[in-house]
Amino acid sequence: MRTLHKSKNKYNLKESIIVKILYVFASISILTTIAIVVTLLEETIVFFREVSIIEFFTSTKWTPTLRPQNFGVLPLLTGTMMIAVGSCIVALPMGLGSAIYLSEYAPKNVRKTVKPILEILAGIPSIVYGFFALTFITPLLKTILPETQVFNAASASIAMGIMIIPMVASLSEDAMMAVPDSIRQAAYALGSTRQEVALKIVVPATLSSIGAAFVLAFSRAIGETMIVAIAAGQSPVFTLNPLDSIQTMTGFMVNISLGDIQQGTIEYKTVFAVAALLFAITFVMNMTAKAIVNRYKEEY
Amino acid sequence: MDIKMKIENLNFFYGELQALKDINIEIESKKITALIGPSGCGKSTFITSLNRMSDLIEGTKVEGKITLDGEDIHNSEVDVIELRKQVGMLFQKPNPFPKSIYDNVIYGPKRYGGKRKVELDEVVEKSLRGAALWDEVKDKLHQSALMLSGGQQQRLCIARCLAAQPEVLLMDEPTSALDPLSTLKIEELFDELKKNYTIIIVTHSMQQAARISDNTAFFLNGELIEFGKTTSLYMKPVNSLTEEYITGRFG
Repeated sequence: MRTLHKSKNKYNLKESIIVKILYVFASISILTTIAIVVTLLEETIVFFREVSIIEFFTSTKWTPTLRPQNFGVLPLLTGTMMIAVGSCIVALPMGLGSAIYLSEYAPKNVRKTVKPILEILAGIPSIVYGFFALTFITPLLKTILPETQVFNAASASIAMGIMIIPMVASLSEDAMMAVPDSIRQAAYALGSTRQEVALKIVVPATLSSIGAAFVLAFSRAIGETMIVAIAAGQSPVFTLNPLDSIQTMTGFMVNISLGDIQQGTIEYKTVFAVAALLFAITFVMNMTAKAIVNRYKEEY
Repeated sequence: MDIKMKIENLNFFYGELQALKDINIEIESKKITALIGPSGCGKSTFITSLNRMSDLIEGTKVEGKITLDGEDIHNSEVDVIELRKQVGMLFQKPNPFPKSIYDNVIYGPKRYGGKRKVELDEVVEKSLRGAALWDEVKDKLHQSALMLSGGQQQRLCIARCLAAQPEVLLMDEPTSALDPLSTLKIEELFDELKKNYTIIIVTHSMQQAARISDNTAFFLNGELIEFGKTTSLYMKPVNSLTEEYITGRFG
């Protein structure tokens, strides 16, 4: 019995060490998140000591690096939203369409080939999409609409839309594949066509997953940087014309980070204020997606 | 004898595998025909060929003739949607749509026209009464069908079939996933249902077949071994295999 006891203790010790190591690993990501939020907030608070929060949210001029300085974030916000909405206009119908095709129509071997290809799209670095937008989409737009500027929101939106199609498609398709076949059979036995099964049974049944996929895609578009930095322009103009050159929040942050702005200056602090706003928006969106999924659980 | 469906020389193949061999059966109108036999004997395949649900499985082939009121269901003129409207089907596991009770029942009627609210309300009540479910759910018609118990869900599926106004009801082991009490409730329904519908039921339980059916067909290895009045098939089986099966010597 004594030997049994000893070895048990040894294992217990080993086990508890492993648990502790794993715990540390898990904590690191949480601590990092907390550290990021704290840094953002600290600098943001300092920023708002110097700049009025009312000016920040109501002024339509954004010239933090020029004299006279203006700190109205609205041009960046509209620029960001224009890109996000634009890319969703591209990604949602195409993503949902591909999901419906793959889960309801495609023969098994087609699905087996197409789905991995679709997922490869998601693996292409976003900078590639940025150059694709600049060198392919923009010239194309220009031939159709000559007033298109070299850098413009529309072309970045289209490229971004293409980039997030796989995300929408993959999340929606997973949800649709989870709908049991027995339910489809019930619909077929009532004389439904394939299209009715897809649109009247499967899509309504997976609406919450589709909704969550949409919100996540939107959030992704808001936070995406490379495409907009390359193709959308660097002019924080308060406009809703997608053919104009604009600047997004992320685009501005890249711009400042690459410039020779001195640490501690007000220009430097604007990055943190914009980052905090960006963080807040994407955080809310991601929580919304989670809430949708939890609130409308898909059960069969 | 009024014949609703007539099956002549039916052969059914899954790829190379022949699941049904030369089946000949006449289904009597407004009677219950039970299909019995051990697992894999082809009784489920047989029932799914009657409303052409088997079309949905890739690589299947059907030979022979199946008629509904004298019309060949494989005729190229036949609209499979119209066929399935007339030949409703109930499955082994209850499979309500993840929608409200009300929306489940009106799925069929809404498809086939008749979209006025008053009409639909009427259909819902009539169908749920027909499935002996009305009293249990009349106050929660707009709640999710998934809140119901298994037995209630299966009766909802019956109501959903009835709402589409079929003439024939195919049932593939409709009580095998249910508890005895729910099974009893559904069996009690059958007497009521057969006044208006022709019922073909696959069952694993010989007792159930004996209790509810008028005619019984015994399948084995894809062949129809014996078919006749339930009472005579159970009392005086002609084929020795039938006798062995119903006395529980195999299966």
